[in-house]
Amino acid sequence: MIIEDFDFWLGKAGYFSLTLLIVTFYGLLVGAFIDRTIAKVQGRIGIPYRQPFINILKNFFKRTAISHGVMFYLGPVFRIAGGIGTLAFIPVLYGSEMFSNFSMAGDLFLVIYFMFFGQLGMALGAGESGHPYAAIGIARGLSQMTAYEVPFVLAVISIVIQYDTLSITQIVAAQQGGWQNWTVVTNWVATLAAMLAFLGMMGYSPFDIFLAPQEIPIGPPTEFHSAYLGLMQLNRALFGATKLVLFMNLFFGGATSWPELMIKTLLIYMVAIVVGVAFPRFRVDQGIRFFFKIPTLIGIMSIVYVQMMLVA
Amino acid sequence: MIKSLNTEDTLENAGLTDEEQQLFSNARPQAYEPYPIKAVEDFANWARANSLWILAFGTGCGAIELRPLMTARFDASRFGVAGRPTPRQSSVFVIGGYASVKTLKRIIRSYEQMQGPKFIICLGICPVNGGMYFDSYNTVNQFDQYLPVDLYITGCMPRPEVLVAGIMELQKKIKAGECNGANRYVENFDWYKANQKKVIKNWDMPDYNW
Repeated sequence: MIIEDFDFWLGKAGYFSLTLLIVTFYGLLVGAFIDRTIAKVQGRIGIPYRQPFINILKNFFKRTAISHGVMFYLGPVFRIAGGIGTLAFIPVLYGSEMFSNFSMAGDLFLVIYFMFFGQLGMALGAGESGHPYAAIGIARGLSQMTAYEVPFVLAVISIVIQYDTLSITQIVAAQQGGWQNWTVVTNWVATLAAMLAFLGMMGYSPFDIFLAPQEIPIGPPTEFHSAYLGLMQLNRALFGATKLVLFMNLFFGGATSWPELMIKTLLIYMVAIVVGVAFPRFRVDQGIRFFFKIPTLIGIMSIVYVQMMLVA
Repeated sequence: MIKSLNTEDTLENAGLTDEEQQLFSNARPQAYEPYPIKAVEDFANWARANSLWILAFGTGCGAIELRPLMTARFDASRFGVAGRPTPRQSSVFVIGGYASVKTLKRIIRSYEQMQGPKFIICLGICPVNGGMYFDSYNTVNQFDQYLPVDLYITGCMPRPEVLVAGIMELQKKIKAGECNGANRYVENFDWYKANQKKVIKNWDMPDYNW
């Protein structure tokens, strides 16, 4: 009995490793694509598609690395643990035994919790680096995160009420059978609130206040270098792609095949990019006030909307 | 970096007060050997050459030539070049023209904080022989007396095209494994330090900025 169980979980872990590999690769590739898109808007050619891979390799091949303490080591490790943990509980392809990962009843709450975990680990790690810009970046990043989590969680509560489940797989299952069943159609108010939160989550303009390359040189990762930075770049690709998959699952009907997943996630990513290339950066107070005003109101409205829909 | 207790490989840090001595590392830098397998080293060099991150530190008038590199006309990102605002993450230091003694102190500080392998490109004629500032009281004339230089791009001022050409030349040298500036600096550390301290009178930082 125990051995049978062991085989089952070993198989699951093997499948998950495959998913992890594909999603990271896709995340790096889509990162290069987005960089090239932004370059085209600015009239440039942009980086080659292999550039994100070379950057990571280069960082791992650095000959020296210095440390600022134990937490400095653990910062990037916590960050990538947060990224992997988030992906582990999101079913990537609907209806596929291979790519449904460790999805279970109540995984939505776990995912939201894991998304926070990496950021907090990073905050501790960057805090120990002792660089003042890192501290400013963390203060900005965490306050912005607190702000955009409000509309996002309100939107999630709304769809949890709508579908009466906390399982991402069941939420995706409820949206099958054509685009008219997607949450973006059936509960467009919640989708709107979540997409506004998504802008803050992806960290492009106007919400890149925590990196802010021109005023607080790249913020929290200022002191991170060599393999630490390589690990963080790897996580940036993985975590970015994971968030896209989560949004696709919750609001855009999920995906049943890899090409469908890629097209849908790319289009969702484009929302952040179109806004990003069109708007300059907010000040800290503007960015945080923004989320507490319109998106939070829309989030509350989405709960009212879904209640009215259920009553009617 | 942890303080080294071994007296043979420690630095004096004479420029620091007793209180500051406790805060800074006194360990000597070490030279690094290439990977024992040649194919691995070649692959690493290929990756290093195709991902050059330039430190965004304008050290002289030539810094104005760095800005157009990233814009639409020259777009150096095609060659894997990117600007980096922190020395920890950058691998290329472009010395933009003359280096005044005041700036040299900051250049040394930033260079030592960069993680190896690291490369220096000297832009313009001033770091070669002083250029038009050859008899100035506060600029250094031969830059390679103070830090190891990997590539010179001469002229006054070289245009961004030449800088792009220079970067591509640097990539060739890195791929051939000829850019070992960081190791040269460590091997001739005492000579470089003596030269640096000869011109920088108010030396109030550790002997090596970890």
